[in-house]
Amino acid sequence: MKRRGFLQGSGALVITLSLGALPGTRIPAAEPAAVAGPYPDPDFRQIDTWIVIHPDNTATFYVGKTDGGQGTGTAFRQMMCDELDMAYDRTSLIMGCTDITPDQGGSGGSDAIERDGWAMRRVSAEARRTLLELGSQHFGVPVEMLTVANGTIALKADATKKVTYAELLGGKRFNVALTGRNVDNLVSKAEVKPVGELRVVGQPLKRYDIPAKVDGSLKWAVDMKLPGMVHARNVRPPFAGATLQRIDESSVSALPGFIRVVSRGNYVAVVCQREEQAIRAAQALKAEWQKPASAPFPASNQLFDYMRRATPTSAGEAQVQGDPDAAFAGAARIVEAEYEVPFQGHTAIGPAHALADPSNGQMTIYSNDMKAYGLRNGVATFLGMPREKVRVVYMDGPQVYGRTAADDAGFEAAFLAKELGRPVRLQWTRAEETAWDTKGPPYVFKLRGGLDAGGKLTALEYDACSADHNHLGYNEPDTVLIAQLMGRRPERPARGSAEAPSVMYAIPNRRTSARVVSLPLVWETPLRTGNLRDPNGPQVTFAFESFIDELAAAAKADPVQFRLGMLENAKEDAVFRRARSLAVVRAAAKAFNWDTRTSPRPRAASRSKVLTGRGISYTYRSNTIAATIAEVEVNRDTGRIWVKRLVCAHDCGLVINPEGLRHTVECGMLHALSRALWEEVQFDAEKVTSVDWATHPTLRHSDTPEKIDIVLVNGDPNPGRADLPPYGAGEGSHKPLIAAVANAVFDATGVRLRRPPFRSERVLAALKAASV
Amino acid sequence: MKESHLTLAGLHEGIMSIKLTVNGATHEVDVEPSTPLLYVLRNDLDLHGPRFGCGVGQCSVCTVIIDGVATRSCITPVSAVRGEITTLEGLSKDGKLHPLQQAWIDEQAAQCGYCQNGQIMTAKALLDRNPNPSDAQIRAAMDGALCRCMTYYRVQAAIRRVARGAKSGESR
Repeated sequence: MKRRGFLQGSGALVITLSLGALPGTRIPAAEPAAVAGPYPDPDFRQIDTWIVIHPDNTATFYVGKTDGGQGTGTAFRQMMCDELDMAYDRTSLIMGCTDITPDQGGSGGSDAIERDGWAMRRVSAEARRTLLELGSQHFGVPVEMLTVANGTIALKADATKKVTYAELLGGKRFNVALTGRNVDNLVSKAEVKPVGELRVVGQPLKRYDIPAKVDGSLKWAVDMKLPGMVHARNVRPPFAGATLQRIDESSVSALPGFIRVVSRGNYVAVVCQREEQAIRAAQALKAEWQKPASAPFPASNQLFDYMRRATPTSAGEAQVQGDPDAAFAGAARIVEAEYEVPFQGHTAIGPAHALADPSNGQMTIYSNDMKAYGLRNGVATFLGMPREKVRVVYMDGPQVYGRTAADDAGFEAAFLAKELGRPVRLQWTRAEETAWDTKGPPYVFKLRGGLDAGGKLTALEYDACSADHNHLGYNEPDTVLIAQLMGRRPERPARGSAEAPSVMYAIPNRRTSARVVSLPLVWETPLRTGNLRDPNGPQVTFAFESFIDELAAAAKADPVQFRLGMLENAKEDAVFRRARSLAVVRAAAKAFNWDTRTSPRPRAASRSKVLTGRGISYTYRSNTIAATIAEVEVNRDTGRIWVKRLVCAHDCGLVINPEGLRHTVECGMLHALSRALWEEVQFDAEKVTSVDWATHPTLRHSDTPEKIDIVLVNGDPNPGRADLPPYGAGEGSHKPLIAAVANAVFDATGVRLRRPPFRSERVLAALKAASV
Repeated sequence: MKESHLTLAGLHEGIMSIKLTVNGATHEVDVEPSTPLLYVLRNDLDLHGPRFGCGVGQCSVCTVIIDGVATRSCITPVSAVRGEITTLEGLSKDGKLHPLQQAWIDEQAAQCGYCQNGQIMTAKALLDRNPNPSDAQIRAAMDGALCRCMTYYRVQAAIRRVARGAKSGESR
């Protein structure tokens, strides 16, 4: 990897990547000690930071993002190819390596395409404009007389007169800077192309990263090895909030391959020559821990009672629209319900890991951190090293969805590497990951709705309570787990959030309130809340869209028609969410072939073992609209729910890659289906007891729907607008799914499930209680 | 659950020289005999197809095929291996992808891809013993292969694609 040499050179082009690596090259810096450092920040205003055109007229793009498997890398290339006028298969992409890619913050919030794609497009457009100017000088004609395609500029009048981008650059770099105050607000002289001129965008190109993932050739972060590397495993407190009293190093010092026990505060790790030796030593290490004076948290079966009673750590003013009290007083019917959502974890298929290399007085961390730039800054502060001496090399890893935004393993590996003065690979265990990863906050909700005599919803009260105090997830040097265990603390914990629903419904009188509570143990707890795929959306939408369904049933209205009625009466907003919501709900109903009727479904007189039903749920995530319909089978004898069919109508504006989008929508739904049917982090009053796939089940092949239909509704309802912006699609379909399942179960059985996961035993108990 | 195959009982057993045949090549490694096969494949033989997922034989991410049987290398002591090991890297022949690997690309089955070794190797063992499984048989055989991106729908489609190919006379 000679890119840095190239950038620091005086104009002479140095061959950068081995061309044989095209087009999938993503990990240039994975070659150890390729660059000795220091590592100044790449200048995001320079075209050369983003685009390198090689002598063979191929290009490598450098962006400050990561791809957790949703195909955003492919989409970035498509957008950049379009603006640069290069063929897709003549390009490659490098992501998220802090010393060679511009800082775009890494990933999070489903905004890679929506926000960060613009910088990529503007830089590429500016590169194209620069090359056209060079072409104009080359041919001695004005730019207007030139045409450009596939990295080659030709005379409009005589297509045989042509020159490639590489020939025009002649071994030199662009040396052209854009302006703008930050990377999200880059200003180029060139305009990005109008949507109508985009050719690569919109194509269902296959993801470039998949072949190397199925033939075993891809080098992942877990595969990185360095000369002299040793293996580490953490030893966690056996009880939450425990204090380390004593370590008996002799319990492991004679073990084969033993190198060292490292401990600081309540952080403990063992380091051995070989991986299996480190596993053994971590299990064998004898340590005395003192339990905390009081229980760190209630057991999971007491959680919701505790949350209801707890004094809030923060609460916003109730938001009031209209006059809800008067509307309730005049209501013909009032409906009330409470909902609960437990802690749900990331429980990534591959536990956390990182390799850190302290060579040359620098620190390089090989990691699948989705926010590599934050990790770099955090580690520099944590270790007291200058930023310029720390770099993070992003490599592929197990799915993230927010987990590696609190990259505990990255910090721990760096700490251990510094302590040992040699490369250390750290690997978390399954039990550690399931028990100690960051988790989505649990919620309790109370909803109350008033219907008028005509069945219209006139008043609604929404009250949400989350246990999200001390929410973390930004690679802060004083909130990652190792920092907590070492006793480092910020002045005060993050407040966390409890959110209101995202719907466009016209409800004239509303009161919305939300508060956050804390569990007794705030620090050094395995019940750490963090960002889990739209951190609050699935919980909030489950409660709200279930309740809308309860209201529709009370109003004796069809669930789709009930929602459409409230959308039709809504006011439009700046991104046309009313019109787009209407279109999405209608498209879902049409694709499902929804039969208009009330729920529950009238049941045949004879007792069939399997009951079927369908349910809808709708929401938006930022500017992306999604409506999901689930068809379920409920087994009366076993309580098992099988979601037989799923339909999702989805509008995320401009579609960059429809196949990548469909897959993302599909897997987003199934991830939420796992949360609906299986996932709950359980704990006693001392520790998390969900530690593997037996104690923390997940969705499996046998749960998979028979049929999934995805309708991409994407269109611009405003014909007067010049352009259709793309919005984020990573989370939109994840959000409404749980409610769609609960609503379908109600349609099938008449039983309302108000607390996921809907495991068989809970469903069976509910069916029996209702004599179904 | 502890990674119980690595109990203290296995300590101080000493280094043994163990012969393994992997993807047609013979290797000799000097390790403690209780070492799980997974770490020998990954750390000694640089075969990265099988990956660590749970260490307790629950997720299939570490799956290799030993004499036709999908085997979880994270709970298989290296000294217990009898027979030829095939890893993900050994599926392609003469530079041509195995039909399952090609079907995975055609269906775009992977998301992050971390678990896909377990999906593909479990599917191969299934199709090797039953070239044309029913949907129910696919679900049952694949049920232990976990994926947290939830690519199951496409994985099943990819398996059906290969099964259909086999039915119409394509070699596998």
